Amino acid sequence: MSQLIFYILSAMTIASALVVVFSKHPMYSVLSLVVCFFTIAGHYILLNAQFLAITHIIVYAGAIMVLFLFVVMLLNLNRESEPHKSGKLKFAATISAGMLFLILIAAMKSTTLEPFSFPPPSTNGMIQHVGQRLFTDYLLPFEISSILFLSAMIGAVVLAKKEKH
Amino acid sequence: MGHAEQLVPLNWYIVLSTFLFCIGVMGVLFRRNAIIILMCIEIMLNSVNLLLVSFSAYSGNSDGQVFVFFIMVVAAAEVAVGLALMMSIYRNIGSTDIDVLNKLKW
Repeated sequence: MSQLIFYILSAMTIASALVVVFSKHPMYSVLSLVVCFFTIAGHYILLNAQFLAITHIIVYAGAIMVLFLFVVMLLNLNRESEPHKSGKLKFAATISAGMLFLILIAAMKSTTLEPFSFPPPSTNGMIQHVGQRLFTDYLLPFEISSILFLSAMIGAVVLAKKEKH
Repeated sequence: MGHAEQLVPLNWYIVLSTFLFCIGVMGVLFRRNAIIILMCIEIMLNSVNLLLVSFSAYSGNSDGQVFVFFIMVVAAAEVAVGLALMMSIYRNIGSTDIDVLNKLKW
């Protein structure tokens, strides 16, 4: 059963990621990236990481993709204004990415993984456990990330502000 | 429910996230629109997240999930700044085509 769910989710993830790359219209790319993020959240639930699944949906599908959608609409990008690389460069890009995939898979085959064959049924992904780790062992990085957010926010506002002429 | 999800081997997750990462790399090389390139970078970050979560689940250690949380934080900050840069580039040049942005090219 969970293998079947894994297959379906993986097929949807890969298909939507490919649509992101190959779609001619930027809006379709953004929408299929939303689908991709939702299926990755499904993978997290399958892996017993419920807290991360919810956070993933809120942060990626909720915040980041809305930002992307707004920028695509603000800049009025459409099929006509979409620039394309030449066929030769596209071919080279596909070949080099495929070779990277082959190399990574070959490297995976030649390593011996620790035999943690199947996950122990655990509550590791629950919000209680992750929250406890986050506020005890990882308290300092957690607080520093808030400063990172603040500076990113200020930077974004300063960068996107209209310059006075 | 606990027993049903003990059937997917870890290797499949490794192959899946490798494939997603390569799709992201291909998108970065394939497209000329800078916004789509940012989206492909998001796909790459997500493939790494998926790998971290699967290793964390299969080893019964929640450190990986905390790392994924921090990666999400950094990704959100990166997208905010990156899209602000795109806006100001578009305002100055009138395009998000990366082949037009060649002033720093040697």
